[in-house]
Amino acid sequence: MNAPLRFHPRTPDSSYADLVQDAVVDPALYTDPQIFDVEMDKIFTKTWVWVAHVSELPKPGDFRSTFVGRNPVIVVRDRQNNIHVLENRCRHRGATVCEKTKGNTTGFTCPYHSWSYGLDGKLRGLPYADGYEDVIEKSDLPLKALKVGVYAGMIFASYNEEIEPLEDFLGNAKHWIDLFMKQGAGFPIKTQGEHKFSFKGNWKIQLENTTDGYHFPVVHKTFLQSVDAETSEMLSFMTDEASITRSLGNGHSVMVMVPEHVDLDVDDGTEQLQERFAHVIEALSKDYPPEQVRRIVRSLHGAGFNLNLFPNVAMSMSFFRVLRPVAVDETEIRHVALGMDGGPEIANRERMRIHEHFQGPFGFGSPDDAEAWERVQAGARAGRDVPILVNRGLNREWQDQNGDKVSHSTDETGMREAYAMWKRMMSK
Amino acid sequence: MTNLNIPAADPSTALGRAIEFIWQEAALLDRKDYEAWGALWADDGHYIVPIDPDTTDFEATLNYAYDDARMRRLRIERFASGFSMSAADSATTVRTVSRFALANMDGDEVEVHSAQLLAAYKRGTTTLFAGNLTHRVRFTAEGPKLVQKVIRLVNSQDALNALGFLL
Repeated sequence: MNAPLRFHPRTPDSSYADLVQDAVVDPALYTDPQIFDVEMDKIFTKTWVWVAHVSELPKPGDFRSTFVGRNPVIVVRDRQNNIHVLENRCRHRGATVCEKTKGNTTGFTCPYHSWSYGLDGKLRGLPYADGYEDVIEKSDLPLKALKVGVYAGMIFASYNEEIEPLEDFLGNAKHWIDLFMKQGAGFPIKTQGEHKFSFKGNWKIQLENTTDGYHFPVVHKTFLQSVDAETSEMLSFMTDEASITRSLGNGHSVMVMVPEHVDLDVDDGTEQLQERFAHVIEALSKDYPPEQVRRIVRSLHGAGFNLNLFPNVAMSMSFFRVLRPVAVDETEIRHVALGMDGGPEIANRERMRIHEHFQGPFGFGSPDDAEAWERVQAGARAGRDVPILVNRGLNREWQDQNGDKVSHSTDETGMREAYAMWKRMMSK
Repeated sequence: MTNLNIPAADPSTALGRAIEFIWQEAALLDRKDYEAWGALWADDGHYIVPIDPDTTDFEATLNYAYDDARMRRLRIERFASGFSMSAADSATTVRTVSRFALANMDGDEVEVHSAQLLAAYKRGTTTLFAGNLTHRVRFTAEGPKLVQKVIRLVNSQDALNALGFLL
């Protein structure tokens, strides 16, 4: 065969690690386009990146298109029920082979010259094939496939052929993922729609936010005023010593906001169910025993914590928060609402109403978050000699026996964990 | 023969009265006079911004907004409180509502379809929000009341910028 099918892209240099020092960060991390480019190479194509939840692809042929870093990919289930993550890029001239966000298909066909691919990415056909005799072998040209790992229904993909197993990468976070899924109250978790919005700021500003309890009562004052006293009380973690932040290794971290809802299977019966859910309790009581009604209603707000998985997905209360770096100063966020697969409709609807209340471009929470993040991006341009501080709580951080660093939920332990991973990956 | 020169807001017709009401609503929203806007609503009214362009069962679907009387009141309080930084520093908006069509008439209620173009200006950036509107207006002894407003943005399934104002 004559034509080279492989070539060597440029290699980014490795001089960026010094920009993160212990608990201070150079603001260039938010503003320098070159750093952004290197992050896409050294982080987003080297580690496990979350791409979808299995409930989004229940049947063979189901797919959704998304991104790994800046690269468009398709997550698809084939006829043998294997999940593939394929580059959304025809092997001929590079056109995308799928422009739909989600759907069901028998394969993917490039609209430019009709090269067609199976659900597993294999090149099935190309028109007027005589021009390719002795030039290419079809079997050499499947859609490029990424490595795929699935844990607890969470689908991750990686460009890195040498990457460690997904379970090793998740490490101490696995325990918290398992706890998070208990909000299904015995039913599997399913996605039930999503809000998408973008903000003019760097992706790490949102990465930091998920386990930043310090901002909550300040930024979300109007949200707290709009919920009833019981919900407000539930979120009174600012002064609760049992409310902690924990580093989990590999950039992951967790922030516990409602300690009594960390393990939703544990119920000592003392918690009063919220009055606002009286109509749900009444409806559920017709079909379910009292213990199951309690279990479902206690789970309506989701898990009592925010889990941040480096680099792009958070499992937050009752939703997934997925970030997509678009440019150094632009990030897209998806807030994926969760429900109970096969669970009672009235409870799933209540969960959607709770989601609408806080999340998305019209929510009572997200717009204020986005406003704060855009202000960080704008202010960070003021100069590189004044670092960004992520040092809150250094005076009271302690190390658990399993190696996790632990501090109060308003402390910046989670951000320090994320930046330690950033530094490690950018140093390679 | 169809008379194409009917004034858009002819107060002698139900459609004309509804159009006047819709324009009044648009003006209140551009002025951010949310208290007065809240008074336009019937107690059983719903303000809805769907994500799914095809859905009609809004309750069974995740929306951007699905506000009943309680949520509208909370939203108005939020906008008025001064504590929401996205609302306190929200974009300046100018909207036009046009291409009216009477979709349904049932007793005292009319359903009117229209098109809305809204330009939102904030910190050097002007963003266009284009959408199809459905208003359901009930004519009562106290004047017209809004029973339902649905805003179907043309880009509802895309990523939007966070909004500190109402469509």
